[in-house]
Amino acid sequence: MDVKISKGANIKIKGSADRVYANHTEPEFYALKPTDFHSLIPKMVVREGDYVMAGDVLFNDKKNEKIKFTSPISGHVLEIKRGEKRKILEVKLQSDDEIKYKKFNLSAPDELKRQDIIDFMLDSGLWPFIRQRPFSTIADPSQQPKAIFISAFDSAPLAPDNDFIFHGDNGLFQFGLDIITQLCNGVTHLNLDGNSNSNKVFREAKGVQINNIFGPHPSGNIGVQIHHIDPINKGDVVWYLSPQDVLTIGRCFRDKKYDVSKIIALTGPKVLKPRYYKVISGSSIKGLVSENTSKDQKRFISGNVLTGQRIESDGFLGFYDSQITVIKEGNYSEFFGWLLPGFNKYSLSRTFFSWLNSKKEYDLDSNTHGEERAYVVTGQYESYMPIDIFPVQLIKAILIEDIELMENLGIYEVDPEDFALCEYSCTSKIPVQSIVRKGLDIIQKEFS
Amino acid sequence: MKLMRNILDRIKPHFEENGTLHKLYPAYDAFETFLFVPNHTTSSGTHIKDSVDLKRTMVIVIIALIPCLIFGMWNTGYQYFSQLTPDMNGYKDSYTLFDSFIYGFWKFIPLIIVSYAVGLAVEFAFAVNRKHQVNEGYLVSGMLIPLTMPIDVPLWMLALSVIFAVVVGKEVFGGTGMNILNPALTARAFIFFAYPTKMSGDKVWVSSAESIDGITGETALGQLASMVDINPTSQNIINKFGQFSSDGVYSLYNSFMGFVPGSVGETSVIAILIGAAILIFTGIGSVRIIFSMFIGGLLMSYIFNIFAPESNLFMSLNPFHQLCIGSFMFGMVFMATDPVSAAQTNTGKVVYGFLCGVLSILIRVFNPAYPEGVMVAILFMNVMAPLIDHYVIEANINRRKKRLQMKLLKS
Repeated sequence: MDVKISKGANIKIKGSADRVYANHTEPEFYALKPTDFHSLIPKMVVREGDYVMAGDVLFNDKKNEKIKFTSPISGHVLEIKRGEKRKILEVKLQSDDEIKYKKFNLSAPDELKRQDIIDFMLDSGLWPFIRQRPFSTIADPSQQPKAIFISAFDSAPLAPDNDFIFHGDNGLFQFGLDIITQLCNGVTHLNLDGNSNSNKVFREAKGVQINNIFGPHPSGNIGVQIHHIDPINKGDVVWYLSPQDVLTIGRCFRDKKYDVSKIIALTGPKVLKPRYYKVISGSSIKGLVSENTSKDQKRFISGNVLTGQRIESDGFLGFYDSQITVIKEGNYSEFFGWLLPGFNKYSLSRTFFSWLNSKKEYDLDSNTHGEERAYVVTGQYESYMPIDIFPVQLIKAILIEDIELMENLGIYEVDPEDFALCEYSCTSKIPVQSIVRKGLDIIQKEFS
Repeated sequence: MKLMRNILDRIKPHFEENGTLHKLYPAYDAFETFLFVPNHTTSSGTHIKDSVDLKRTMVIVIIALIPCLIFGMWNTGYQYFSQLTPDMNGYKDSYTLFDSFIYGFWKFIPLIIVSYAVGLAVEFAFAVNRKHQVNEGYLVSGMLIPLTMPIDVPLWMLALSVIFAVVVGKEVFGGTGMNILNPALTARAFIFFAYPTKMSGDKVWVSSAESIDGITGETALGQLASMVDINPTSQNIINKFGQFSSDGVYSLYNSFMGFVPGSVGETSVIAILIGAAILIFTGIGSVRIIFSMFIGGLLMSYIFNIFAPESNLFMSLNPFHQLCIGSFMFGMVFMATDPVSAAQTNTGKVVYGFLCGVLSILIRVFNPAYPEGVMVAILFMNVMAPLIDHYVIEANINRRKKRLQMKLLKS
């Protein structure tokens, strides 16, 4: 199936990663962050000072204790970092010199049934890779999804290039896909970037429906793809995961151990040499960024500039993230910045003269470029929202917490990340993503 | 620049919490953010934000108004000098473009000053009182209001209409972004209904016409309205209508260029079109509204052409000519496009614009008591806009419900 998207935009920010792998020293510290999993309440299994092997359980999901979160490496639990109201923020680990893996038992892959696969994934800690829409929470293993979606590409600013990452794949991706497809009676969709010639691994994947998605960001967003291919109605559940997660799942089934190494891109205007790195999930970014970034005051983001999480310079890579972005902290005030011609001020609108140079890439920073206001300008969100909903009206419905209206306006089909471009471009600087998240939380609470 | 920053930083503590002038913080904040885009950084959601903000948006609209402003100043002088005879004060044998402009400039500047001073004072008072930030909305309204006025409007009347517009048109609804009616049109409507003698007739549209005998200037619409239902074969009417032919005062060329009496900003179609181009190119003015309103007006004028009885020369005016006179173009580009009071959905904008166009011409032609139909039409459609949006959104909701039903039927 071909899907053409016309609404959206690719933000011209400097610092996409060169297609080269760079070496780095193995980090000493790792962390698993319960905050990476939306609406998760963790139930700790380990205590500070305990020794764990890669694959040993660190904590469970309090609501469904079958869902386990396991250690990516072997070593000691250094610290359980808590925030307000003793909320657990990080389970910090100190790594051994050499990783020791816990051995899992598994019958031959050909004989696996759906339940065997789920059980293995739950035990080994692979299950959290499977997420669901609506709500983008970890999937419920007792449910049957109507379809599984995998987006083979990421269209977000400076996103890592999966065609490069999967170069030289020797069948592991297909092996992983064969396992994933058994989780669902419906179709498994593999969505390819129609704008470029995708890697053979994706093009020739078997057992899945291949769709080509054309158009600018957010064409790579899973929510946009689901909407155009098999939209979510009230009551539907769709599962999704990223291609690197498929690879991880394939590897773990093959080797019967929890090995969550992956390839990430270090990107952003403040990175001196943006490159790809092979790391283990949850690793500290300190070794990556300490030498390789400029001297400015910086912001480190696990993920991309639109949806990522802010972390410290010695923070940890998020569970689902395969990208680190470093931008300048924009805490400067600008004399008559709103009045000057602005040849150097990037904007999706043509209100600054930067439109004269449409090819240029910009050193974008975290300045808000203005204060929050009530909605004045209209039609702006609509040009960046390739889903058939009314974004502003939906946001207003969320603000007044009208559940029926939210449902009517299609809240099940959206996710905060689908509104990221709206938030970026918003003249009134409204925090759109957190409003959408709040709306989804209200709905989830109401029906749970 | 550095000096300004230092001064602001030095006085800032007085306005912050526990400062002696904390109550006036919104005023300080407005002043500071006027001079400097603040050093705020993103805290949730996207880590980067677009450079555009409401101040920038508003300033672009003001830039789009500058051609109308400059032309309006020149035209004020031109209308005045061209009517003077040698026995009158201020008569000049020859007057340059510059003379006309300077005359109009000094006539018009007080209007702008009063409009901004009074309007911003009310805005600041509300902001301080309600402890919210001063919004930028008035930057545009403050320029639009004098541009829709006759040049000789008394300043106190202008001030009164500005207060009415800001308080009743905007602040009672919650300020910028919450209003139902276009504030600038509210000001004009106020003065139109409260002081009709200052807003109609042949003595207000040309500078000093009230004080100097012999100077008059009726707007094209006023002329046309006076021709309805009078025997069209009478010499008087033939003479009058002759002014609309190619060598008359209100010829298509003169109306298009703007060499006619009228409100300061509305006369020159060409200046308005430059503004429209700026608004459409930057994406600030809705091309949907502008275009559909033009089509609506054109279509209505054509229909009138077809059905025009002999005694109604107003109806038989060439459709393009019809749109070039009065404030149709100005309303179309600068008033109907106000995003807050217009329809907000893309489909809704097309319907809204089209109906604005149709109603403007309808009211103008059939109700000569309001020779300017555009103002009333847009205000009426402002009220109707939420209804249009409601039906557009309802259609989307029904699509989704139908999809759900289809799915339930299948299973």
